Amino acid sequence: MSSHTKLSFAHPPARPGETPDFSALEIPAAGALPVPRLDIAAQDCVEHANSLIRVMDDRGEAVGPWADYLSDMEPEALREGLRHMMTSRIIDMRMMNAQRQGKMSFYIQSVGEEAIACGFQRCLKPGDMNFPTYRQQGLLIAGGYPLEKLIGQFYSNAYDPLQGRQLPTLHSARDYGYFTVSGNLGTQYVHAVGWAMANALTGKDNIAIGWIGDGSTASNDFHTALLSASSYWPPVILNVVNNQWAISTYTGVARGHGRTYAARALGYGIPALRIDGNDYLAVLAVTRWATERVRAGHGAILIEWYTYRVGAHSSSDDPSAYRPKDEAKAWPLGDPIERLKQHLILSDEWSEARHVQAEAEILAEVIEVQKRVEAAGTMIDPKPIPGASIFKGVYADMPEHIRRQRQEMGV
Amino acid sequence: MPHLTMIEALRDAMDVMLARDPQVILFGEDVGYFGGVFRCTSGLQKKYGEERVFDTPINESAIVGLGIGMAAQGMKPCVEIQFADYVFPAYDQITQEAARIRHRSNEQFSCPLVIRMPTGGGIFGGQTHSQSPEALFTHVAGLKVVQPATPYDAKGLLIASIECPDPVIFLEPKRLYNGPFNGDHKAPAQSWKTHALGDVPEGHYAIPLGKARIHREGEAVTILTYGTMVFVAEAAVEKAGIDAEIIDLRSLLPLDLEAIEASVRKTGRCIVLHEATKTSGLAGEIIACVQEACFYHLEAPIQRVTGWDAPYPHALEWDYFPGQDRVCRALEAVMEV
Repeated sequence: MSSHTKLSFAHPPARPGETPDFSALEIPAAGALPVPRLDIAAQDCVEHANSLIRVMDDRGEAVGPWADYLSDMEPEALREGLRHMMTSRIIDMRMMNAQRQGKMSFYIQSVGEEAIACGFQRCLKPGDMNFPTYRQQGLLIAGGYPLEKLIGQFYSNAYDPLQGRQLPTLHSARDYGYFTVSGNLGTQYVHAVGWAMANALTGKDNIAIGWIGDGSTASNDFHTALLSASSYWPPVILNVVNNQWAISTYTGVARGHGRTYAARALGYGIPALRIDGNDYLAVLAVTRWATERVRAGHGAILIEWYTYRVGAHSSSDDPSAYRPKDEAKAWPLGDPIERLKQHLILSDEWSEARHVQAEAEILAEVIEVQKRVEAAGTMIDPKPIPGASIFKGVYADMPEHIRRQRQEMGV
Repeated sequence: MPHLTMIEALRDAMDVMLARDPQVILFGEDVGYFGGVFRCTSGLQKKYGEERVFDTPINESAIVGLGIGMAAQGMKPCVEIQFADYVFPAYDQITQEAARIRHRSNEQFSCPLVIRMPTGGGIFGGQTHSQSPEALFTHVAGLKVVQPATPYDAKGLLIASIECPDPVIFLEPKRLYNGPFNGDHKAPAQSWKTHALGDVPEGHYAIPLGKARIHREGEAVTILTYGTMVFVAEAAVEKAGIDAEIIDLRSLLPLDLEAIEASVRKTGRCIVLHEATKTSGLAGEIIACVQEACFYHLEAPIQRVTGWDAPYPHALEWDYFPGQDRVCRALEAVMEV
């Protein structure tokens, strides 16, 4: 009898040229899971961590206890949420085109995942701090961040609040609760826990929110953050955006033989929920619940947002090389904008005509801002930021050796 | 003025700052209840409570990463890594995050974090308890790197580091924790209790970062060094009978270029001495700075005395350690020309 052992390599259900296959995806009915007690413990969270919380059913109707949890939500708030998602998508479209036109070096879009960041931001208070990745621009858009600063950062011109020091989409906006984004993956997850600990230690009521992608859960600092949150129980929400692709690496490689990323938190004693990330109402409901829990002092929580990265990882990536071209269309949890739109139409709070009109308005606004920002310089019409910016802010005070280098540069 | 060991002086600095600034917080492995493996924080948890001084899991990336988040929020964490050799799991957090946050955010965020760690050999620590990794940090823009050689400086520099608005790597030469060392391991151990440089004022005082100290004034040759090697240089100079000037750099990033250049221009000769390995060590950088600024003042090629390009060996520490005999040979070589 052979004793030869073999390794297990994760594979996506379909590769280019094959038919998209999401048949293994278990999609529970909307409204199936209860709203837990705010002080729920990890051991009582097994179902919430392994299933999928959904609020909107296939028709777009909000059903179940999580829908009741949102019963005070005004239609105007939902229309505003729809507008945030549409703005995010239109900016993505315009910026991807600008990148292809050679006007900027690089761009990262969030098409298909707009509900998560746009919805989450609606439940935060001034002074709360997100520790995002490069794909959470929706936090800024929904938080009212000026579009000229958002777009200026992509172009690294005079409108860029960061003076050309960071890659496009690596924003920093302290006043809007947006921590400076790192190009290294996962590091910010620990910072969120530290910030939350500082809030607790200094008597602030604010919370911190960590964001990480499914691929980056493989980083040391994902586990470091969970360990730290488990040790000290600070007011932090740890989000995992599972969009199923880490550039070309299928999510199963990072997940291994674990069932869900949410369930991973349970081993640290941290309660966790798993949510349909394309369901704007589910995002709102669960975020509202999670922020209430954390603000009430019941400790850290992890949320896995289950979604699908419709676009490429970045403007430098070609997903048709590693997954079926039409896979996004086959994604069974739909499009977050279409789903909220349908929900609002179903409740007579929206219409196709109003949607078309809103799209045109948002597009006109984005184009106006884009033109204004582009006038301050693009890669094909450069109006460079003064080189002295390189030497500013390395330290609070400029040391002698940097002063000499600045003189050498002649600025 | 009380005589203190370097350990007591460091503890005194943290005590002063904990009392003075409610944003100051200490944590690290064993730092809380036990007071650290070298007892630098001994008694501080009892005095200030568990919310100001506490233990962490054995995870250096957590210690530094949590410190970054707290510092960015406005606190002033002073964290301990048990040995400098253990810092590498946190290297990414230190070099790519703490060092960069001010610059990349255009000063929207900053990171006033102090990372203390015992450094260097002379305690039979071997490969993973005796390294001197300063050059791996002095290469990183955005960090400050400090190493005291006396209890007086240890207290004043640590207070200045905690008050610094930028991240500071604070390297504590553990061979000097209890007293100075002249490179002769067979000689009786000296105590700071009977040494003038163990005088440490009470209360608050700060020594500016970026400023070197003239340990011994002289005219014949400049020895640029820091940490334990300050006392090795002193012993070698006395043995060789040469009127050397010994500069204790204290701040390794930024270097005190003006003090270095002034001394070398005065003496016309220069030796750079450190315990860390030679290749790509800090001595190379210091020598380049001297060459750039003082070439026409030099009477002889600059000498470099360092640890060997090998891992620190447990039972052969005294062969590895740049002792006073090696410094004497360098002095002879540089004075021959």
